[in-house]
Amino acid sequence: MDPTPRDRAPGDETMPEAKREETLAGLQAYLIGLLFAAILTATSFWTATTSVLWSPGVATGLVVLAIAQMGVHLVFFLHITTGPDNTNNVLALAFGILIVGLVVIGSIWIMAHLNANMMPSGNLPNLQMQR
Amino acid sequence: MTTAIAVSHGGHGVPPIPSMEGPAPKRIVVSFGFWIFLLSDIVMFSAIFATYAVLARATAGGPTGAQLFHLTTVGVETTCLLLSTFTCGLMSLAINLGRRGATYLGGAVTFLLGAVFLTLEIREFAAMFAEGATPQRSAFLSGFFTLVGCHGLHVAIGLIWLTVMMVQVASKGFSPFVHHRLLCFSLFWHALDIIWVALFSIVYLMGAR
Amino acid sequence: MLGKLSWSAVPINEPIDMIASCLMILAIVGILIGITVKGHWPYLWREWLTSVDHKRIGVMYCLLAMVMLLRGFTDAIMMRAQQAFAVGGAQGYLPAEHYDQVFSAHGTIMIFFVAMPFIVGLMNFAVPLQLGVRDVAFPTLNSISLWLAASGALLVNISLVIGNFARTGWFAYPPLSELRFSPDVGVDYYLWALQISGVGTLLGGVNLVTTILKLRAPGMSYMRMPMFCWTALASNLLIVAAFPVLTAAFAMLLLDRYLGFHFFTVGHGGNMMMYVNLFWVWGHPEVYILILPPFGVFSEVTATFSGKPLFGYRSMVAATLAICVLSFMVWLHHFFTMGAGANVNAVFGIVSMVIAVPTGVKIFNWLFTMYGGRVRFAVPILWTIGFMITFAIGGATGVLLAIPPVDFIVHDTVFLIAHFHNVIIAGVLFGAFAGYNYWFPKAFGFTLDEGWGKAAFWCWLIGFYLAFMPLYWLGLEGMPRRMQHYQEVGWQPWLMVAGAGAVVILAGIACQIIQLAVSIRTRDRRRDTTGDPWNGRTLEWATPSPPPMWNFAELPQVEGEDAFWQMKQLARDGKLRAAVPPAYRAIEMPKNSPTGFITAFFAVVTGFALIWHIWWMAGLGLLGAFATTLVFAWRDVAEAEIPAEVVAQFYEAHPVETLR
Repeated sequence: MDPTPRDRAPGDETMPEAKREETLAGLQAYLIGLLFAAILTATSFWTATTSVLWSPGVATGLVVLAIAQMGVHLVFFLHITTGPDNTNNVLALAFGILIVGLVVIGSIWIMAHLNANMMPSGNLPNLQMQR
Repeated sequence: MTTAIAVSHGGHGVPPIPSMEGPAPKRIVVSFGFWIFLLSDIVMFSAIFATYAVLARATAGGPTGAQLFHLTTVGVETTCLLLSTFTCGLMSLAINLGRRGATYLGGAVTFLLGAVFLTLEIREFAAMFAEGATPQRSAFLSGFFTLVGCHGLHVAIGLIWLTVMMVQVASKGFSPFVHHRLLCFSLFWHALDIIWVALFSIVYLMGAR
Repeated sequence: MLGKLSWSAVPINEPIDMIASCLMILAIVGILIGITVKGHWPYLWREWLTSVDHKRIGVMYCLLAMVMLLRGFTDAIMMRAQQAFAVGGAQGYLPAEHYDQVFSAHGTIMIFFVAMPFIVGLMNFAVPLQLGVRDVAFPTLNSISLWLAASGALLVNISLVIGNFARTGWFAYPPLSELRFSPDVGVDYYLWALQISGVGTLLGGVNLVTTILKLRAPGMSYMRMPMFCWTALASNLLIVAAFPVLTAAFAMLLLDRYLGFHFFTVGHGGNMMMYVNLFWVWGHPEVYILILPPFGVFSEVTATFSGKPLFGYRSMVAATLAICVLSFMVWLHHFFTMGAGANVNAVFGIVSMVIAVPTGVKIFNWLFTMYGGRVRFAVPILWTIGFMITFAIGGATGVLLAIPPVDFIVHDTVFLIAHFHNVIIAGVLFGAFAGYNYWFPKAFGFTLDEGWGKAAFWCWLIGFYLAFMPLYWLGLEGMPRRMQHYQEVGWQPWLMVAGAGAVVILAGIACQIIQLAVSIRTRDRRRDTTGDPWNGRTLEWATPSPPPMWNFAELPQVEGEDAFWQMKQLARDGKLRAAVPPAYRAIEMPKNSPTGFITAFFAVVTGFALIWHIWWMAGLGLLGAFATTLVFAWRDVAEAEIPAEVVAQFYEAHPVETLR
């Protein structure tokens, strides 16, 4: 068998033939991931509910925490690494993130400008055809 | 001719880069394919997500997020899903070791936590319906129920899939097919939790303010 | 019991509809009876309907596209005839009600059921062969994709007989497509047909991306892949990234229509512009999904028929990937006039112009490939040259339209119609026809007739210019698109010319049908015994025509770009050692499976039931699809072994002497 794996399935923490010590390492990764994720989740909930923080910054904070937690999940649960055996998986992921970013940010940007241009005074009641 | 192009097998040693090794093993092909599918699923979520973001203020005089969301419920839901993604990981360790008992245990706990999550979500929806906060009430609620409901639908599909896989483990053991599908399932389940992170952060925590 | 379905759904009072329906039903019944009488069903079922062979699936995709091309073209010539005469007081022969369905069906069919299946079919057929492997990553899934696409096409055609089709244009913008303004089943037909075929397209995209990234012959690194594989990779990446957005947008419109949600409604805070936005988030990548594989075909054809390697292979790869990413950043240019304002319009306008740069790079690469080459003017390269000239015009008008102020003047006029037909006919369709003529001998083992092929090309080319150049002028004159009749008498002569152009294109289609018939009749004279009729450069020509089910007895070892060309060179110099006598091994191939066909059957049942609100039937259909999946998941053996003797026998019967 080839000593260095050249390609790896996404989500694979161990190569199928490696056993016990790898399993322990895998367990460790899941535990670390759970710990980090729990801390980040708790921080998010605290950030949203506390009144200690400067409120205009909370939204940004929540977004940052969410992105951090997604990163934790990717690394510790989905075992995405920067290793050469993971290149394809990471590239596909990067493409996906790019598209998600373009779709979400682009749409919000476009629609915000539309709303600003097309609805001069917010909610005009007579524009809404009530049913 | 096919004989002629079949020359030089094995005479070159290991090729220098993985992209030249020839077709990848089935296990990698299957899970990579599923990985690509998951990315497309996440793009679909992003489209619904963008719509929700655009419509989030369009409450049309109806209830707002701040009036409807109960963060305690959301906290419990989040905990359930996070723990189930963890137990799903433990299950895949058990599968790697080829231990059936541990696999069943991991599967059962994962299922249970997922089911609790789903039950809580359904009760949350039912409570909103009872208050008159139906998706027909406003564009904001249409977006909310579609986005969160779509995630819930995925969880429900995951639960069915997990059940089927447990039956397959029981009837077929860890055949390569079953192995590949279990790997795909764990990818699916982990991805659902990633989507939930976006949902609870942006929809619930921001919306409840 | 039957939801909204009743006898009044059959258009008994509309003569044109009725005649078309009857003709279609007669044709289908005739074909079915013919097959039954001749006893072809077992063969058809065994070898085609349940086949998971990527080559057969590719052929069936192309067949679907060609049949639907006839349907879509019928709509086109009806519109041209209507506009040629419905001037002043005249109303023409199509009532507005019907005319609206015709242009909606024309657009929907041409994009989703002609262009898409055609390029998907070519990719399915050629990509695994070019990569030097035996099949795609997920063969059964491939069959499911095909049959889901066919299901969508079937639903669109059912709408001709039962009920009606959308009158909303091919993009079904709300609020017109909302229940309030389109209460009948037309929009539902549109939505469910496209949802079902869209799922098929998405799965097909996943399949081909995985195939290209994970299954290649030993030694074929990324930079040794044929250009067609690169464009197929980019196109399928776009499918995977763009189609989910369409699915989401349609799902939301369906929720609006079926459950009274308020995504895109006029009241309750709904925002119809969001649909437009999402539709084009998919829609712009879609045009590159369509055009990139033809770019690959042109690359292969140019290199092969010029007898030279492709000029600037690396720049071509870079241009393809640049287009792949940029195509996701320009969607707003489809709705400059919606009111997003100068800043947003400027950004998207500039990116739209930038995307013309990599396309220009490609055109120059093809020109330089031909330059200094010994060009053989066979049919595929005629389509390619016709494409290069015509597409350049379409590209130039595209850059014009990318300028927001210009767009404000000509948007929603027939100038736009002329532009996108210019790029889609001259790009996608010409590319598909080039690929069809190029790979036909590989698929069936005999070449297509050159004379009729050339006649078809010239008819299409001349017909295209006649039909669409007048529309550019009329667009500048201000003629809106989709007019059932008009008052401006001065437009009529131009529309007459356009109508004549459609007739010339009809002659082109007739030539293509004759070409096929003549070629089949004289197939014994035009057999391709070498497996390499064009002196090709890539691996699909390294196997006999038609290739055996397993494509390659041994996966070829790739040593560089243009793998097959290199092998031929080595053989000519006597440097390629052949194993004598050839030792054939048994080959494992995926087993045929009816899963795709049965799933698609249930998809049609479910779709039809949902369109007509027959809830019990929809439930049964979904249950059936689920059960089919379960049965498939319970199989133990996916592959069957082809014994070494069978393989050996095949090569004895097909002694291909490629290495002359």
